[in-house]
Amino acid sequence: MAMLEIKDLVVSVEGNVILKGVNLSINPGEIHAVMGPNGSGKSTLTLTIMGHPAYKVESGDILFEGESILELSTDERAKLGIFLAFQHPFEIEGVKVSQMLWKAAQEKGWKISPLEFRKILRESYGRLKMEEFVDRYLNVGFSGGEKKRSEVAQLLTLKPKLAMLDEIDSGLDIDAVKLVGDVLTKYKEEDRDLSMLIITHYQRILNFIKPDFVHVMVDGRIVKSGGFELSLELEEKGYEGLIGEVEYAEK
Amino acid sequence: MPKSKEVQPELEFDYSRYAFRDEIEYKYIGKPGLSRELIEEISHIKGEPDWMREIRLKAYEHFIRRPMPTWGPDLSEVERMFDKIIYYASPTDPNRKARSWDDVPEALKRTFERLGIPEAERKYLAGVTAQYDSEVIYHKIREDLERKGIIFTDMDTAVREYPDIVKEYFGTVVPYSDNKFAALNTAVWSGGSFVYVPKGVEVDIPLQTYFRINLENFGQFERTLIIVEEGAKVHYIEGCTAPIYSSGSLHSAVVEIIAKPGSHVRYTTIQNWAKHIYNLVTKRAVAYKDAFVEWVNGELGSKVTMKYPGVILKEPGARTDILSVSYAGKGQIQDSGAKAIHLAPYTTSTITSKSVSKDGGRASYRGILKVVKGAKGVKSNVRCDALILDPHSRSDTYPYIEIEEDNVHIGHEATVGRIGDDEIFYLMSRGLTEAEAYSLIVLGFIEPFTKTLPMEYAVELNRLIELEMEGSVG
Repeated sequence: MAMLEIKDLVVSVEGNVILKGVNLSINPGEIHAVMGPNGSGKSTLTLTIMGHPAYKVESGDILFEGESILELSTDERAKLGIFLAFQHPFEIEGVKVSQMLWKAAQEKGWKISPLEFRKILRESYGRLKMEEFVDRYLNVGFSGGEKKRSEVAQLLTLKPKLAMLDEIDSGLDIDAVKLVGDVLTKYKEEDRDLSMLIITHYQRILNFIKPDFVHVMVDGRIVKSGGFELSLELEEKGYEGLIGEVEYAEK
Repeated sequence: MPKSKEVQPELEFDYSRYAFRDEIEYKYIGKPGLSRELIEEISHIKGEPDWMREIRLKAYEHFIRRPMPTWGPDLSEVERMFDKIIYYASPTDPNRKARSWDDVPEALKRTFERLGIPEAERKYLAGVTAQYDSEVIYHKIREDLERKGIIFTDMDTAVREYPDIVKEYFGTVVPYSDNKFAALNTAVWSGGSFVYVPKGVEVDIPLQTYFRINLENFGQFERTLIIVEEGAKVHYIEGCTAPIYSSGSLHSAVVEIIAKPGSHVRYTTIQNWAKHIYNLVTKRAVAYKDAFVEWVNGELGSKVTMKYPGVILKEPGARTDILSVSYAGKGQIQDSGAKAIHLAPYTTSTITSKSVSKDGGRASYRGILKVVKGAKGVKSNVRCDALILDPHSRSDTYPYIEIEEDNVHIGHEATVGRIGDDEIFYLMSRGLTEAEAYSLIVLGFIEPFTKTLPMEYAVELNRLIELEMEGSVG
């Protein structure tokens, strides 16, 4: 059974249709990348899966481990094991990283002492070389890159079944991209059933965390799917070139 | 379809733990209404010296002549209350205060046990005073602190046992002519704390007073005087609760602090009165050379609160931090703020006000910042942040600034915020429920306040907010 199955998904935001019939199936342990130009609907896809109230599902379905999640609230989806690393994480003044994640762990029903949890937390953040950030206020005063690394550290802490990463490499310098890629690749080896959905504009991050499948999204539809090599082809030809070929093939 | 958020969560403090009433026999209970005879009688019961009785009577005359303040919230209900409320009620013999919980009458002891006071005293306080309606029924300070010369007792005992100190300072920071309610308090005051910290003595753990109103249609008028000698240090905490009644009661306190050169005083209030109580208080400190005065105010309860803790920065180098957090829920008006009066050069004030309003509640910041001519090098920073949780609620800012000196650094900043859907979504994506996400953001907003509290109080305060958020989200 697929971990995530998206069927003919049509989504609108404030009356504008953004996703125009998306189909995607991710099996346990698979890494999928969705690439596409700005405004193609990539982020809309992840925000809809996570249940953002502004994203309205007009038709189609989203199944997680075989069950529709459309009626579930965002926190219920998180509790099933869906995680989203945000493209633009929000700053929450006065709320410590550790405080928020401890609440999250309790909500997930983890039977664990605060001390044990703290150990996990420090280890996760330590992997991203930001151990001392656990007692800082959530994203407040973090640089763009620190916010992104913190999102990955939260992923490692909360151990989801499906990890969605939205433009995780934007704002990261090349060393940080490599660090994030290495940490995720290693983590993926530890948790072989972890499924991943990587949203990216550029091919760069995929060199560090290699997808099994690559999908190209244009104007709210997946127009082409393939293996890792598709991302290289895209890098070479650009979206314009690739879209041209697709249109040619359709004729 | 994903669920969309349609109803703003209720954010109401859980009051059930405090709302119980006691059926007790009072030793003394005054007739409703205010008169010269009543004041004479209160003074007589307490066996006061003539000078105190005279101050009371002068204050009473002033109270009668003074018009009601009209510049703030509507107080017409209070005006109607003056003839109806009981001004003095003592559950125990006013001249015999217990110094051990074993000596406190069983019913009263139970009340304070339910409020967790004796336990708090055992665990983390240097001394406790407990006031029930008009009188302090218990006071105790740790023996080692007593040996260092610290005095921590109720105000009535202080008048009897330390008349010279009381006479020297009483009414010097807040004279009865200051405002109508200071006059009322001076006329009928009963109870409150007296704190004296000798030169150079530092008290590292807090002293606490707990104020409890039990009667209906009642007025509590405690009077507190804190004198901190040169280089001394103290942290004083007060907490207040009452049962819920339908008709109004009045709480009108006066607090005076004298901070001598180089001393450090922190005065923390956690006010959680029931929502029928008018809380109209005058709190002021005078800070001498290099003294540091902190007012930390958590205003959660009451129907109407008017409270503007002030500091008169009288000598060079004196500084103050005034931090207020107020929370205005359904039917509540929190009109609070600060007064910083810079009379000397190189004095500093930092005023931070944070308010949360919801369900039609109204939170206002009202403050005075004054710098006199010649007070060079004054630094003052005022910051007001308001968080408004729904469209029915309101927040206002009334800053009055009078600067007569050019060579000063003054900053003023005000922000109004609402909780964004995106922040809630972000937290919910980690598995927090909507209610938890809201309460976490509110707790984060008031964190500058909670982090100044001893941990036990911070935990209790956070728990209060969280409890109410649970199960109350639509």
